[in-house]
Amino acid sequence: MEEFIKNFANQWDETDAEVFTPDCMFHDLEEWSSLVGLAILNMILKKYGVKVAPAELRAAITIEDVYNLVQSKL
Amino acid sequence: MDKFSLYGKTIFITGASSGIGRGIAIACAEQGARVILSGRNFARLNETLSLMSGEEHTILPADLTDVVQRQALVDQMPELDGLVQCAGVMNRVPCKSIGQENIDSVFAPNVAAPMLLQAELLQERKIKKGASIVYMASIAPRSAETGNALYSASKAAVIAYSKCLSLELAPRQIRVNCISPAMVWTELALNGATKEELEHDQATYPLRRYGKPEDVANVAVYLLSDASSWVTGSNVEITGGK
Repeated sequence: MEEFIKNFANQWDETDAEVFTPDCMFHDLEEWSSLVGLAILNMILKKYGVKVAPAELRAAITIEDVYNLVQSKL
Repeated sequence: MDKFSLYGKTIFITGASSGIGRGIAIACAEQGARVILSGRNFARLNETLSLMSGEEHTILPADLTDVVQRQALVDQMPELDGLVQCAGVMNRVPCKSIGQENIDSVFAPNVAAPMLLQAELLQERKIKKGASIVYMASIAPRSAETGNALYSASKAAVIAYSKCLSLELAPRQIRVNCISPAMVWTELALNGATKEELEHDQATYPLRRYGKPEDVANVAVYLLSDASSWVTGSNVEITGGK
């Protein structure tokens, strides 16, 4: 989980790293955009070999939700 | 004989298992062509075939990024009056995240495979004198969108390539043109956006809708027919006014 959050945080340019906790509701962050979403999907594909659909990322509320989604596909 | 008819012509279409490629296959059959369908998925090619009129069509499944499969395909190919290179993928990645694998995943099917297939078909003399070649491009190169750099660059490459090809083949009266659509309702379009988002976006088009595969297919039929015999090196935009 710790490594996942680090990889997740690396896709953001402006947001402070400490904001990214398991229960962070990332869609509400000011920097959130569909472009950040694409970067996250690409990171997940590269680092975990798992394909997550944009709609699945949209449905996830917290970072932990995304983590669990990735785990369920491994 | 109607100049817009494709009667008596043999036309090879890549990416015929879905979307625009499928639409073009159906339209070519309707205009009397004998069509050779290629794509990766035999079952879906068969679905396309079931939607086509006429009896003489052939399915030759192949992954065109695979050199062995591509060469086997070329070996089985009859001489062609028309070729439509439709196979392609879309992959949305922000520029700062682009890795070699992202480049390969878009440029291998969208740029390298069609160029190599084209070269092999020419070397094996499968393209008849007076034939018409159509490349499926996109307005993406002139209509920038975030996350679309790879797809956009790959289609710019196709447009530039086809213009050079048109010069090289002109002495044999072989014509080469691109079709560049704006958004068309296909599975490819739904890759990366929800239906609701796309429906909202299509309302911004002057003609108030995205294209349908058959809209693009009608342009392809024209470019494949003798009605367009003075058209080469062109990039025909079809955009609903966008």
